[in-house]
Amino acid sequence: MKTPFARVRGLGTAHSGTEHFWMQRLTGIANLPLIIAFLVVIVSLVGSSQASVIATLSNPFVAMILLAALMSVLIHMRIGMQVIIEDYVHTELRKILLLMANTFFTLAVAIAAVYAILKINFGL
Amino acid sequence: MAEPKVQIERPLSPHLGIYRFSITMAMSIVHRITGSALYFGTLLLVWWLLAASSSAKQFDIVSAFFASWFGQLVLFGYTWALLHHMLGGIRHFIWDTAHGLEPGEREFLAYATLVGSVVLTLAVWMLGYMFKG
Repeated sequence: MKTPFARVRGLGTAHSGTEHFWMQRLTGIANLPLIIAFLVVIVSLVGSSQASVIATLSNPFVAMILLAALMSVLIHMRIGMQVIIEDYVHTELRKILLLMANTFFTLAVAIAAVYAILKINFGL
Repeated sequence: MAEPKVQIERPLSPHLGIYRFSITMAMSIVHRITGSALYFGTLLLVWWLLAASSSAKQFDIVSAFFASWFGQLVLFGYTWALLHHMLGGIRHFIWDTAHGLEPGEREFLAYATLVGSVVLTLAVWMLGYMFKG
C-alpha cells in the first residue's frame, strides 16, 4: 500500500537510491555553462604573467564563476569516482578505504582551490 | 574440521571480453576513463591556483611546466578529456529524454562524441595560440 505522499516522493521501498543519479544530472547540467566559462577564462590567460592572472581571477564575476564551477565539478567527480570504486572494488575493507580516500581527495582539492581563489581576491 | 565446500558451477553474467567491439561500448569506456583523468587532473588546476596565489617564483615554475612539451601534451590531453566527457554527458542527457536510442542513432551519437571532442579540442587550442599572440 502506497500513500499518496509516498507516491509523490517517488522513493519506493528502499526510501533512497536516486539521489546520486539526480545529483549527477544536476551538477552535469551546471557543469556545461560553468566549464565553458572556465575554458574562456583559461584560453584568455594562455601565456599570461602572474600579475595578469591575478588581475583576471580578482574580477568578482570570474572568481564567483570559478567557485561555482569548482563546487559543481567536485560534487560531480566525487559521485563519479564513487560509482567506479563500487563497480570495480569488491574487497570490503579496500572499498571502504577507497571511498573514504575519494571524499578526502575531493575535500582537499576543494579547500586548496577555494583557499587560493580567496587569497587572490582578498589576501594579497 | 569442516567439510570442504563443493564448488558449484553457477552461471555468470557475460564479461566484457565476450562482446563484439562497438563504438557505443568504446565511447562508454572512454567516458569513464576521461572522468577518472579529469578527477586527478584537478590537481593541476589546484597547483596553478596555489602558485598564482603565492609568488611570482612559484607561478613561473608552474608556467614553465605547462609550457614544456610534456606539460603541453598533458594539457592537450586534459582539454580533450574534458570536452569528450562533456559531449558524452550531453549524449547521456539526450538518452535521459528517451531520444537517440534507436539503432543507428546510438552509433551516430557515439561518433559525434568522438569527432566533436577532437574538433572542439583543436578549436580551443587554436584560440589559445591566437590569444597568446
